[in-house]
Amino acid sequence: MKRRAFLALLVASAAWADEPAPRVIPISARKFEFSPAELELKLGEPVVLELTTEDVHMGFDAPALGLHADILPGRVARVPFTPDKPGSFEFACDVFCGSGHEEMSGVIKVRS
Amino acid sequence: MKKAVAAVNSLNEPPDFIVFTGDLTHTTDDPKERRRRLAQFKEIVSELKVKDVRFMPGEHDASLDRGEAYQEFFGKTHYTFDHKGVHFIALDNVSDPAGRIGDEQLAWLAADLAKQPRDSRIVVLTHRPLFPLYPQWDWATRDGDKAIELLMPHRNATVFYGHIHQEHHFKTAHIEHHAAKSLIFPQPAPGSVPKRAPVAWDPAQPYRGLGFRQIEAERGEYKLTEFPVVRV
Repeated sequence: MKRRAFLALLVASAAWADEPAPRVIPISARKFEFSPAELELKLGEPVVLELTTEDVHMGFDAPALGLHADILPGRVARVPFTPDKPGSFEFACDVFCGSGHEEMSGVIKVRS
Repeated sequence: MKKAVAAVNSLNEPPDFIVFTGDLTHTTDDPKERRRRLAQFKEIVSELKVKDVRFMPGEHDASLDRGEAYQEFFGKTHYTFDHKGVHFIALDNVSDPAGRIGDEQLAWLAADLAKQPRDSRIVVLTHRPLFPLYPQWDWATRDGDKAIELLMPHRNATVFYGHIHQEHHFKTAHIEHHAAKSLIFPQPAPGSVPKRAPVAWDPAQPYRGLGFRQIEAERGEYKLTEFPVVRV
């Protein structure tokens, strides 16, 4: 049984290797902005958002895309995602981080 | 704020008690300034003729220090009280900067609700909406659905909240959620403008969008009356 499980794992690994690696997009957060604050993505292209904070605990929330992450100091929050609908989708910090928190937002534009 | 105090003091029929649903002060990153503002707020509202006044924090008061300064001035951030047969529950969804009530407080809420008969009249007072009104603008409570779930078996539960600085009414099943106007910085309707920002101040209508609400509880119904922040 153990051997079969091992073989299945190998097959799965081979299948994974054929997939193109998702594009990694670093996003840095700091009081009170995301950088970049505007992302242009292609419909159907898998990406991984790599979120970091330069100062305090932040949030990344794009409710229309169902994406959410806590961004903790010293850690990278990875958000894998494949856009499946075109349009402009807002994202914002949803962890109250100071006097400019309300303005801390950005947009993801998905082109078909 | 002083004008609102004067307007409340001049009501023909004074209320039994007054509730502030949070955002007593504007945000500051400076702990000393936060305390100075809270002290100033407390001094202004001490002029209210009605002395039974209940307070709650908003994110502008409590989210940067987990409610520490707020508690120095106003005590606990979540509590209950009873008045003329109505059970009031103040819930804190702002001391956590992520806008969560948190498991500990939810357990406290569950224990309190377990003591209430299913048909008793319950009013929840809180700052953020417990339902996801417009999460794009952070007009939500991350675990608000858990609080609503706990309230669901109670047939006469109603929520009054702040945060969105405008009048708003919504229902989750039988539970009504009412937001009142603010005393400063009116906000636009959810999603009505590209960026969330207070409605621009118009010197021709300096008090536009500002006000307070009177709630009369009679025979299981709540009658809401909106008042402008200054007497006109």
